[in-house]
Amino acid sequence: MTHDLFDKFDNIITEYKKLAEGGDLNPFTVSMDAVISPTEAIINGKKTILAGTNNYMGMTYNQECIMAAEDALRNFGTGTTGSRVLNGTYYGHKKLEETLKDFYDADHAIVFSTGYQANLGVISTVAGPKDYVVIDADSHASIYDGCAMGNATVVRFAHNNPEDLEKRLARIRRKDPDAGILVVIEGVYSMLGDQAPIKELATAAKKHDAFVLVDEAHSIGVFGKTGRGVAQEQNVEHLVDFTVGTFSKSVGTVGGYCVSNHPKFETLRLVCRPYVFTASLPPSVVASATKALELIKDSNLRVKLLENSMRLNKGLANAGFNMGTTGESPIAAIIIDDKQTAIGYWQNMMKEGVYVNLAVPPATPNGLNLMRCSLSAAHSFVQIDYMLEKFIAVGKKLNVLS
Amino acid sequence: MTLDTTEILDQICELVAPFNKKGVTITADTTFASDLELDSLSVMDMLAAIEDHFDVTVPLNILPDLETVGQVAEAIKRILDEEN
Repeated sequence: MTHDLFDKFDNIITEYKKLAEGGDLNPFTVSMDAVISPTEAIINGKKTILAGTNNYMGMTYNQECIMAAEDALRNFGTGTTGSRVLNGTYYGHKKLEETLKDFYDADHAIVFSTGYQANLGVISTVAGPKDYVVIDADSHASIYDGCAMGNATVVRFAHNNPEDLEKRLARIRRKDPDAGILVVIEGVYSMLGDQAPIKELATAAKKHDAFVLVDEAHSIGVFGKTGRGVAQEQNVEHLVDFTVGTFSKSVGTVGGYCVSNHPKFETLRLVCRPYVFTASLPPSVVASATKALELIKDSNLRVKLLENSMRLNKGLANAGFNMGTTGESPIAAIIIDDKQTAIGYWQNMMKEGVYVNLAVPPATPNGLNLMRCSLSAAHSFVQIDYMLEKFIAVGKKLNVLS
Repeated sequence: MTLDTTEILDQICELVAPFNKKGVTITADTTFASDLELDSLSVMDMLAAIEDHFDVTVPLNILPDLETVGQVAEAIKRILDEEN
């Protein structure tokens, strides 16, 4: 009897079925019937506040971005039907890369079709068979997958721990004094919103002649004087060799990028498979991303965003919730003791008209079950107070709050 | 100092103990996924403790080949032999 290829997923199927038991709402199948604004949608016929979209700047409905996208759609069509190296590089792609270079004051910028592919491509390509990639334990899946796709030796260090990184780099150097080493960290870790101590981590890396890649996916737009991210906020951009990011959060569309001052950086266009062997971004996406970057640079939306986050975080903490976040990032996450309660909590919040993220292991660190919100500068205080009211009501109903 | 495989195995059994939430008897044949019911992240945390104890690098690349406690002991033995 041959194996059914899908038998290996039986445990996952069983777990997944449990999600649906509590009612008709399932976090993996819920869909939006209509979207009203960056912060509101119609779900199952009900007007619902979107509390976990990572739409930090509310750029998805920015009028200038929409107009730029409409223009590009009319003038350049719905898609490129080509890879960046075969028919798929238009004026707009070049302009977006110029805009990124200006945004980061960097020599080189390469645009990828998603943020996931940016990490996949850069990590798997720059670190070859004789090199090492050293990653934070709590890295995003795209970083782990970039390691899995490449041929480098992969080493993991304890989350945000410079001493642990230093120890592991020293071990590598003891064995392999000449190897190329790439250290990969994230500016902001998305589940709990904590920032990397880039200065300490990058200093440890530089002590051992390692390159440093910082993924600013959740921090572009949010941190730094001109919104470049945590490295700018911490005034340590000179220690960073590669900055990766996404257009799918603060920038309000989809796509990824990597910027660098490395003199040979442009070579990636020839050798990076996730860049070469995929279709390039549609012109409308490229145009709205370009416009959004221009707006983000000079915007004070980050101030409003962090005010919003602090209001929700403080409100939840004052109500007595066990918080995983402090309000210093756009994330607000309540720690729920067990997964079944977390699922029930999520379903109850949906019924109350608030769409939050149900985040459970292995997407979360330390086995945590989270009710995760990502705030937007587009949220009003009225919406935040409504979320707060519903979190408290459901918390009491489920005995999460005493 | 050169450790033999039995000594390495004994030390690894001690390092695995804090991850043995189910209280099973740990032998060379104990599997991480089925017997100890560890997810991939816990296995990586356990490996970090083992790396530090023996002061070696255990690349994540070999993780798919490490299903049992005994296989980890063999891997550590191999890595220690290579370094000496």
